Amino acid sequence: MSFFIEVLAGGLLAGVMYSLVALGFVLIYKASGVFNFAQGSMVFFAALTLVSLTERGWNFWLALAVTLVVMVVVGMLIERLMLRPLVNQPPITLLMATIGLTFVLEGVSQLVWGSQPHGLELGIEDVPIQWLSDRWNVNISQFDLFAAGVAGVLVAVLALLFQKTRIGRALRAVADDHQAALAVGIPLQHIWALVWAVAGFVALVAGVMWGVRNGVQYALTFTALKALPVLILGGFESILGAIVGGLIIGGTEKLAEVYLGPYVGGGIESWFAYVVALAFLLVRPEGLFGEKHIDRV
Amino acid sequence: MSVVLSVESVSLAFGGVKALQDVSFDVDEHEIRAIIGPNGAGKSSMLNVLNGVYHPQKGKIRFGEKTFADMDSHRAAELGIARTFQNIALFKGMTVLDNIMAGRNLKMRCNFLQQALWLGAARREELAHRHAVEEIIDFLEIQHVRRTPVGRLPYGLQKRVELARALAAEPRLLLLDEPMAGMNLEEKQDMCRFILDVNDHYGTTIVLIEHDMGVVMDISQRVVVLDYGRKIADGSPEEVRSNPKVIDAYLGVAHA
Amino acid sequence: MLYREAGQFKSTYAADQQIFPLRQDRVGMALLLVVAFLLVPAFGDQYWLEAILTPFLILSLAALGLNILTGYAGQLSLGTAAFMAVGAFMAYNAELRIPYMPSIGSFAIGGLCAAAVGLVFGLPSLRIKGLYLAVATLACQFFVLWAINRIGWLSNYSTSGVINAQRVEVLGYTVGTPAGRYLLTLSIVALMALAAKNLMRSETGRAFMAVRDMDVAASVIGIPMMKTKLLAFAVSSFYCGVAGALYVYCYLGNVEPEAFTLDLSFRVLFMIIIGGVGSILGSFLGAAFITLFPIFLNLGSKALENALGVEMSHAVVSNTEAIIFGGLIIFFLIVEPNGLARLWQILKEKLRLWPFPH
Repeated sequence: MSFFIEVLAGGLLAGVMYSLVALGFVLIYKASGVFNFAQGSMVFFAALTLVSLTERGWNFWLALAVTLVVMVVVGMLIERLMLRPLVNQPPITLLMATIGLTFVLEGVSQLVWGSQPHGLELGIEDVPIQWLSDRWNVNISQFDLFAAGVAGVLVAVLALLFQKTRIGRALRAVADDHQAALAVGIPLQHIWALVWAVAGFVALVAGVMWGVRNGVQYALTFTALKALPVLILGGFESILGAIVGGLIIGGTEKLAEVYLGPYVGGGIESWFAYVVALAFLLVRPEGLFGEKHIDRV
Repeated sequence: MSVVLSVESVSLAFGGVKALQDVSFDVDEHEIRAIIGPNGAGKSSMLNVLNGVYHPQKGKIRFGEKTFADMDSHRAAELGIARTFQNIALFKGMTVLDNIMAGRNLKMRCNFLQQALWLGAARREELAHRHAVEEIIDFLEIQHVRRTPVGRLPYGLQKRVELARALAAEPRLLLLDEPMAGMNLEEKQDMCRFILDVNDHYGTTIVLIEHDMGVVMDISQRVVVLDYGRKIADGSPEEVRSNPKVIDAYLGVAHA
Repeated sequence: MLYREAGQFKSTYAADQQIFPLRQDRVGMALLLVVAFLLVPAFGDQYWLEAILTPFLILSLAALGLNILTGYAGQLSLGTAAFMAVGAFMAYNAELRIPYMPSIGSFAIGGLCAAAVGLVFGLPSLRIKGLYLAVATLACQFFVLWAINRIGWLSNYSTSGVINAQRVEVLGYTVGTPAGRYLLTLSIVALMALAAKNLMRSETGRAFMAVRDMDVAASVIGIPMMKTKLLAFAVSSFYCGVAGALYVYCYLGNVEPEAFTLDLSFRVLFMIIIGGVGSILGSFLGAAFITLFPIFLNLGSKALENALGVEMSHAVVSNTEAIIFGGLIIFFLIVEPNGLARLWQILKEKLRLWPFPH
């Protein structure tokens, strides 16, 4: 029983990590209607920049601040060079543009910082929490719990931003209809730059968490791809959905790997999340918290 | 005059919004029937029900000899019901010719293998249908734009192409949703002429939604008036025009 | 002056419906075919035949398949590589286990199996669209690759999952030389491209495009949604499957499942974006571009190395390649979303007027 709890807990906490990446997707989609396929490579770029700076001897907090600035600048560049020329193009065009962006970011990351894997240290060790393992015989990493805490705080802040502030309202307007937002005087360019900057910040947080857990290496971009099933479950526009979706995907994936995996030769983790998402899509295409899409003729 | 379409007590609701409430009317073969009413009366919804795009909660539709609890858009097309839409539902990426040829799809018999190999049968079929489509293109005077992608045409021409596509199916019943919307006087006259010609030449029964009262009075034989989802009048254009309930509805007298 | 169509009147619909209505185009195409079928294999450099032209043709076929599904029918797919893998491995098994099976038959079986897989993974398209469908195709990509790795029977229980192409035989002749493989690939690709063009200008093509542009309206005029979408998946996967079989038999010689990763799916997607979605010609132009570009990049970097006396590592070159690819995708989407095919069309239109400006 305690093994089951361990596996479940491990899965849920891994799921929280997926949610962190998914949050970045949701932000950009919610605010600009663009599905940013490049979010994974933004996570990778952020983590790689941070780690490369700290390895060169920079103070951690300084490096963090500089990386944040870099991500903001990257966000603004993306808005200026890619989004502005593509205003009001159909979503599929924007999606394909972000696929191109993925390649650009990955290339730039490795060109500038090299392609060796790096480890990342935060000072919080990836060891089981003592009293839990002593009392209940369950091993849950204290780092995982820390990551969950960080994610929780981030979600709360972002949800507040979108629902309660004037800027949040402007962001939601832009997501609905670019031209209408322009027509009522919402400064589209500033809004987009802000959104991509915030998404960059979220990517940085996700990158740091993932970097400590798995090391900062190219495979990080594939993990980020796992955020897609999370989004499908949670709905593309829902911040809460990103967390719930992440928990469900993380949990079921781990459980499937441990309990079903041995029967089929293992390696289920590469596709299980996607198949779960697919099954979900057939039943409830808009996700748990998403908005239903209606076609008017 | 035989009745070709009969709508019996159809009710349609979207959640709490009652789009249609217990509407009944019939349409004779070969007639031109207009559906009018203020905005939000449920006219487009009625057409969508006839066509199978919306499914009513109550009521029946009788078309020809068959009775349906609700129609399915594919079945409606097979039975010979064609329509045009308020907001032009053309295939923007294709040329005019391709759009109209697409309207012939139910009459095409060859399977995809025959088409891929362009064997005799597929070739002959394509050319035969091209012939039929060219007749419609001549009829609606759009020869000069047949190879233009539809997205590049002006609004008035797009509406004509949509009409052509509906005609390509050789329908028994044609549903027109505001065919004159957004047109100037000349374009309206042309469109009226085409509608009357279609009715005359092909014998197609036509049900149309229209806001321009002049057009409605001139070309339709009978008129149904809807208001807030209910039928409030049904008769010849003159009868309907002088009906006090209709006048109230349009002037906006408060409802109980 | 050369390209004027004055005097070429069409008096029958049949003449109007031709693939190349202008005589100049027909002459051009005939010349191209003569060069491709006769001159190239006779005088072509071995390296070019083996390492450039043959993979270009194979990838064009895959791009054609993807274009049918994504360009014409509007169903975004990221699972191209998976369908190629199915084609490759099933062709191998057909050749291995069915006695007296001619090579072309194995390729066809590979294609048909890929079509079957495409049908299954195309089922979600009946309920979901756009990005969500793309995620479903990702499920296909990852699942199929995992299955091929796990099911030993597929690779005849080889330890590393590698399959080795058997001898290719056509009508009794062994196809063993680069020129031979090139000709076989060229013939298959040319025939399938012709079939695709015929299909796309018939009712099937119109149905695909109608579903892409506005599926509600398509349904209203009687186009069957399910049949059309599933047919798109099946035909597209068939093309990708045959491309996969050719990939092993006429190009690589042996292959492991890892050759068919998501990266390859993206490459093919880039081909149709750059070449032109919804265009047969575009598939070829895009494939040519993506096949030739790394070569030019290599040559360019070598020249730069010599000029500057600096050594450029392989990593630098491949990262630069990724950056430029990504940048080009974005560039094309901004400047000409219809890709190289549209640029070609514009060029021809200018040529019709030349030497007059308008």
